[in-house]
Amino acid sequence: MNDLTPTREQRTAALEGMGCKRKRVEDIRFTQGRGSYVDDIKLPGMLHGDFVRSPHPHARVKKIDDSEALKVPGVLAVITAETLKTVNLAWMPTLAGDVQMVLADGKVLFQNQEVAFVVATDRYAADDGINKVVVEYEPLPPLVDPFKSMDKDAPVLREDLVGKMSGAHGPRKHDNHIFEWTVGDKELTDAAFNKAEVKIKEMISYHRTHPSPLETCQCVCSFDKIKGELTIYGTFQAPHVIRTVVSLIAKLPEHKIHVIAPDIGGGFGNKVGAYPGYICAAVASIVTGKPVKWVEDRIENLTATSFARDYHMTTEVAATKDGKVTGLRVHVLADHGAFDACADPSKWPAGFFNIVTGSYDFPTAHLAVDGVYTNKAPGGVAYRCSFRVTEAAYCIERAMDILAQKLNMDPAELRLKNFIKPEQFPYHSALGWEYDSGDYHTAMRKMMETTGYAALRKEQADKRAAFKRGETREIMGLGVSFFTEIVGAGPSKNCDILGIAMFDSCEIRMHPTGAGIARVGSKSQGQGHETTWAQIIATEIGIPADNIMVEEGNTDTAPYGLGTYGSRSTPVAGAAIAMAARKIKAKAQMIAAYKLEVHEDDLEFDIDGFRVKGLPEKFMSMKDICWAAYNSVPPGMEPGLEAVSYYDPPNMTYPFGAYLCVMDIDVDTGVYNVRRFYALDDCGTRINPMIIEGQVHGGLTEAFAIAMGQEIRYDEVGNVVTGSFMDFFMPTAVETPHWETDFTVTPSPHHPIGAKGVGESPNVGGVPAFSNAVNDAFSFLGSTHIQMPHDFWRNWKAAKQLGAVA
Amino acid sequence: MIPGSFSYHRPASVADAVKLLSDLGEDARPLAGGHSLVPMMKLRLATPAHLIDLHGIAALRGISRSGNNLVIGAMTTQHELLASEDVAKAMPILHEAALLIADPQVRYRGTIGGNVANGDPGNDMPALMMSLGATYRLEGSGGARDVAAADFYQGAYFTALEPGEILTSVSVPVPAAGHGSAYEKLKRKVGDYATAAAAVVLTMAGGKVATCSIGLTNVHETPLLATDAAKAVIGTSLDAATLKKAAAAAEAIMAPAADARGPVEYRKHVGGIMVTRALQRAAAKAK
Repeated sequence: MNDLTPTREQRTAALEGMGCKRKRVEDIRFTQGRGSYVDDIKLPGMLHGDFVRSPHPHARVKKIDDSEALKVPGVLAVITAETLKTVNLAWMPTLAGDVQMVLADGKVLFQNQEVAFVVATDRYAADDGINKVVVEYEPLPPLVDPFKSMDKDAPVLREDLVGKMSGAHGPRKHDNHIFEWTVGDKELTDAAFNKAEVKIKEMISYHRTHPSPLETCQCVCSFDKIKGELTIYGTFQAPHVIRTVVSLIAKLPEHKIHVIAPDIGGGFGNKVGAYPGYICAAVASIVTGKPVKWVEDRIENLTATSFARDYHMTTEVAATKDGKVTGLRVHVLADHGAFDACADPSKWPAGFFNIVTGSYDFPTAHLAVDGVYTNKAPGGVAYRCSFRVTEAAYCIERAMDILAQKLNMDPAELRLKNFIKPEQFPYHSALGWEYDSGDYHTAMRKMMETTGYAALRKEQADKRAAFKRGETREIMGLGVSFFTEIVGAGPSKNCDILGIAMFDSCEIRMHPTGAGIARVGSKSQGQGHETTWAQIIATEIGIPADNIMVEEGNTDTAPYGLGTYGSRSTPVAGAAIAMAARKIKAKAQMIAAYKLEVHEDDLEFDIDGFRVKGLPEKFMSMKDICWAAYNSVPPGMEPGLEAVSYYDPPNMTYPFGAYLCVMDIDVDTGVYNVRRFYALDDCGTRINPMIIEGQVHGGLTEAFAIAMGQEIRYDEVGNVVTGSFMDFFMPTAVETPHWETDFTVTPSPHHPIGAKGVGESPNVGGVPAFSNAVNDAFSFLGSTHIQMPHDFWRNWKAAKQLGAVA
Repeated sequence: MIPGSFSYHRPASVADAVKLLSDLGEDARPLAGGHSLVPMMKLRLATPAHLIDLHGIAALRGISRSGNNLVIGAMTTQHELLASEDVAKAMPILHEAALLIADPQVRYRGTIGGNVANGDPGNDMPALMMSLGATYRLEGSGGARDVAAADFYQGAYFTALEPGEILTSVSVPVPAAGHGSAYEKLKRKVGDYATAAAAVVLTMAGGKVATCSIGLTNVHETPLLATDAAKAVIGTSLDAATLKKAAAAAEAIMAPAADARGPVEYRKHVGGIMVTRALQRAAAKAK
């Protein structure tokens, strides 16, 4: 030991492990235009495909005439459902147990549905070709309002299902009915309501919106006729699942399918499912023997691939006079569009919506969800949230505010009164979940103290009085939101996708010089996995994060994983990484013991190597152990230093947070100003605080967009009227509020490093904070609930209906 | 989102451009900044066989003084307009409004000529040009003629431009010294067209409005001059009752379409508020 010997702090800092604000290694290429996305892939002889789409929301397809299209220079083929039938691919299975047309088979069921696929030598020729395909339609009455789906005289949408009174999730009540899903104790809940002192009931809608990643969905399919192998480059959040699905539906041996997800420009759930473009590009490649690229444009992405939400939640809460909740009853009408293509774990037709009891100790609850078909695009994906969790959080967080208003209680006080208490964890909810850990009171009180909540309420009271005196035309709202998420799907006992348990995986190979590669079954779409996964390994085995290369997305090299969505990467893949690292560490310990000539029990791990207990100068660094692993392992031990771990989580994780939105609204124009937004997140152990902050900023921005205007809207005859960023609200930096972030740390007790996941919390918790702020602003004028989205004209309409505008 | 095929021409003079336009007929379209035409072409809502790019004509660029007028070449970009001290000093409302057009990237390409000539009711400059009393120079094979901005707009995308004519410059009379002006634009986000917008140019004398013109954006199929509303404020000190009367007179001529910005009733209502706010702000700036 001398002055040049690094201190423990210096050695720890050199690793850039967990807790370090390590700069994102992937950003070096992303910020310099050096990323490689699907549309950057150009293969020799590559062809381009593009879709003829339906202008009608509901129509019979009488005839498709491709003769003029085939005369367009460069157009090689026009694929229709009839073509696909020859390979039995006119329909494909969905993740939700339904089937979906790949190309219109006899009928179209939503506007912009895929009707024919034109294959040409370049994108211009393909587009020229689609303009020459003549499709003859016979329009049918459209079904747009989900509340009319099960009317007696409603037009029947799915002729393939007529008479089938049972679907993938049990009995069907109507030809346009998909499933009914019930959870909870109905009798006990009814009894709670019968004797309730106070009850509220409100139909709370969460409108249809869209994940709209910057990069749209796209693929390049390349079939090698000689080898019989299909390579698919695509924007896939779950590459291995895509490989298995393609194998099952295309009847190709799975080892001859290579799925590669390169850099992805945002996913947010949009890139989980399988779309007709993938199937058509694959078939086109098999038919032509050439690579075929399909890239959807913005309009196609917004109008045809996977919307989110569209849940209409009739919500009732029973409570005592002093504000203790005694029961929750929710009925959801879920608009799934033309096909049930929700991306949920297979046994969960409404995802984990039964987290709807939220952060509160409800003694009893009952939930029923009815899924219905309409003439709208299919989807229902988890847009930056675990499956249907944001809908559930919105539902209960609005309901708690409505109850507070009815009781004339402060909404924060009502929440504090009903929170699950720290000593109740692990907590079994009335709708069947086991919450792992939480300290809600501390988080809520920290939010209230940091924001000066009491003073803000006082300011609001003064402003309301001034408004009533006619001194101001501005009203002020405080939006409180306290959410509990359920993420990390999930344990094999209750989660699978098409029969594959929802584990995740990691393989680590350490090289002789003390560097290594980690291949993981997750797939970053911008989350920063290359940075954070290396940090976990750095702390676990004592090798600097900079010396660990992280690789994802190639199904030939990565171990089988279920992909990245539903905030599952840190809870599941993150655990697999820690467990694989621990296997490396265990073998390293045996090698170190051999080299230091002690029993391995006499060694202790010390930051970046093993030290003999009581003999601090006898130390072997992990770097040296890596070298030894390739030349002097103990007798009988295999050389090398590699490990694989497949992690089946014992439980979900339950991140939570306390948010506050302070908003002012000009009643004359409906224009709002988010004056302040405070977000406290508890995601358990924090791996990289800078990335967490970035995740929270991004999720809050999406939540702001959704609550304040981001909507996929159909007119009354089924035309989708929000097909571009002109009308689909995508905020820029100018509109985006300033975000204040904060945290508490309550580790998950069952996760190897105690981490819970954070990427989706801000979307889940943010939406109710914004909506509650708007509703809170208007409440003193006599409203109980105003539906989202809260764009300017709707705010003005609310003000007008409440008599605040002449 | 892929345009059809077209031929590209890049004339070096107005005469060449006009000749190309008349030779090629209706299948030809002049291309200025391209921010309206190119998206329409990508959607194949516009399918010109020939594009005549005006970027090669040096004479169409620049801002100069001609007597009491500022003459702005049609190919002058919004960015160049913003950079002009003459504009900022003489007619600050143009500077103010140009800053509200889309974002810097669009303003580097978007031109004054394209903005006023396209006849898009959502564009901001036409209502301003009407309220400033500007005239447009149109050149065709038969020579040049001047048309007042107030007479130029006939319907959505329909203008006084005859086939074969190009709008080559905009001539704007410099408003009286000490005038006040304001452009109030309500929009959902950066880059959006106005839900409703109002331009006011006025002079004050002895605390009362002496002259006033009011232009309205995106509340009708053409930009509007709200003449009655302007008349209503002359000789007043813009008291509450007058403002209300002016807003009502302006709303009376509005006929916006219901769209995602809001229903007709809302767009008219906020149109009236934009008028009120623009009047108040313009009066406060007048000397």
